[in-house]
Amino acid sequence: MNITEKIIARASNKNTVSPGDVVFGNVDKLMIHDVSGPGVIKVFEEWSKRGIQLEKVWDADKIWVSEDHFVPSADRISAENISKLTDWAKKFGIKKHFKYGLGQYGICHTLSHEEALVLPGEFYVGGDSHTNTTGALGALAVGLGHTDIAYAMMHGRIWLKVPETMLFKLVGKKPPHIMAKDIILKIISDIGTDGANYKAMEFAGDVVSEMSMEERLTLTNMTTEAGAKNGIIEPDAVTDEYIRQRTANPYRPVSGDDPNYLEEYTYEIDKLEPTVAKPYSPQNAAAARELQGVEVNKAYIGSCTGAKLEDLRSAAQILKGKKVKIRTEVLPAAQSIYLKAMKEGLIEIFMEAGAVVGPPTCGACCGAHMGILAKDEICVSTTNRNFPGRMGHVESQTYLASPLVVAASALKGKITDPRDIAK
Amino acid sequence: MTLKGTVHKYSKDNIDTDVILPGPYLKIHDHAELSKHAMEGIDTNFSKKVSKGDFLLAGNNFGCGSSREHAPIALSHCGINAVIAPSFARIFYRNCVDGGYLLPLEVEKSTLEQISDKDSLEIDIEKNEIHDVSNGKKFLIRPFPPLIKKIIDCGGLMYYKE
Ligand code: SF4
Repeated sequence: MNITEKIIARASNKNTVSPGDVVFGNVDKLMIHDVSGPGVIKVFEEWSKRGIQLEKVWDADKIWVSEDHFVPSADRISAENISKLTDWAKKFGIKKHFKYGLGQYGICHTLSHEEALVLPGEFYVGGDSHTNTTGALGALAVGLGHTDIAYAMMHGRIWLKVPETMLFKLVGKKPPHIMAKDIILKIISDIGTDGANYKAMEFAGDVVSEMSMEERLTLTNMTTEAGAKNGIIEPDAVTDEYIRQRTANPYRPVSGDDPNYLEEYTYEIDKLEPTVAKPYSPQNAAAARELQGVEVNKAYIGSCTGAKLEDLRSAAQILKGKKVKIRTEVLPAAQSIYLKAMKEGLIEIFMEAGAVVGPPTCGACCGAHMGILAKDEICVSTTNRNFPGRMGHVESQTYLASPLVVAASALKGKITDPRDIAK
Repeated sequence: MTLKGTVHKYSKDNIDTDVILPGPYLKIHDHAELSKHAMEGIDTNFSKKVSKGDFLLAGNNFGCGSSREHAPIALSHCGINAVIAPSFARIFYRNCVDGGYLLPLEVEKSTLEQISDKDSLEIDIEKNEIHDVSNGKKFLIRPFPPLIKKIIDCGGLMYYKE
């Protein structure tokens, strides 16, 4: 079994499972946020009308809540959602509630690793499609809708189909202008936005072994854009060190033996160009240099994909001592990352370059608030989706790129390869 | 069980959840209010066109994108009983079935070309068959896996007992 199959076997108390099997698995960790949380509460309200009451959640210590999509409260409805969610979490004894304005908070998928809320080998379900992100820790991390999350919250179990696994071997030596974002955009452009539908995407190879945890998280984050059930990387020394810097809690890592892959792909990373996904699909890739005439109105460095500490460092390395030519917004993905960036002097670099630095939020990434795009505006962004209307008006456009490309583009006001910025 | 209704066709592939129910409405959890915005990213008149029991026909990978259950809720609340497509994104598919909102019916790619917008359809879930009454043609539905069929028969995951 490969790692995904092994974790499913363990979660479902079976010796072995095979792709296509449908099993019920015991959940180790569960997350809801300020969109899925109120959605889940609504499901419980509907169930209660039909005679099914939630007396208690299966394990309050294994559930956490994040406030990320609509904070700072965008309007009256979002404010009410947050207070409803807060009361509900209190009532059911959920203590891990990362509240805006009350210490550590941030985007749910960032907290999952930054706070080591999920550990290698665990079966983790989250009420958000980019739950896949956390698979970089060597966990089975799966995104679910409100009903499924409500069911898992009540019973601590949920059904899942054992996926087939596609293996992506990343080999060679990664040049400094290439980031995990370029690699995953290239992969999605090759396999398509449904190329991994219902499947697991596993990453391996020397490039992955040498990658930091934060870069690995960018790979798994965007497996969602290929339709994957989960993205996963076997835990190694990098994983262990990352976890140990954050928690002393014990964990049981899982690795595959006798690996069973549906398909294997090899990517030679030395040859890769900085890659950009054009509107309106993450699979619409082109080399940054091919797009260098494209003028943009806004550069966005934010989200669970592209506002981790290393993303900010990469952007700062380009922006240092220079001035941006277009509106540039930097939103660190969590309060702790904001603070680290400040201590390292990154925030100063951004502000001196003319960018605005804002509080962690999903707001602009999902076109909800905090800087959405007007009709015909064009944005180059470190986020993960560029569907019509994703970041604002349906006739706005988003180009997805690495933090290096976004920062370089901010300086020129058009899509720019980071190699074309004078040192 | 035979379902009868009119089909609304949007043959594009990859119709995503930002199109089915755009991001700004995610804060809304009232089903009736959500339904007014169904498919707003592709057709602002959608909710007015649909009658109770109608069907939606679409291209590959319908419902890709986010996990928002708002998407199947909005469609079902405006009256859509089943979405017919060659393939679905996995979370959307689960949400339809587990929430008991509507049926995700998988068909061959060629079926998409042979059914026209506004055709009247009769769908027999037990026989896995779509009958296009407007043109007389019949099409096969890919059968549901056993567990999924059981959840559908229970009326959603809430009523399912392991
Ligand atoms: S930052 Fe964007 S992609 Fe990530 S969880 Fe928030 S809305 Fe979703």
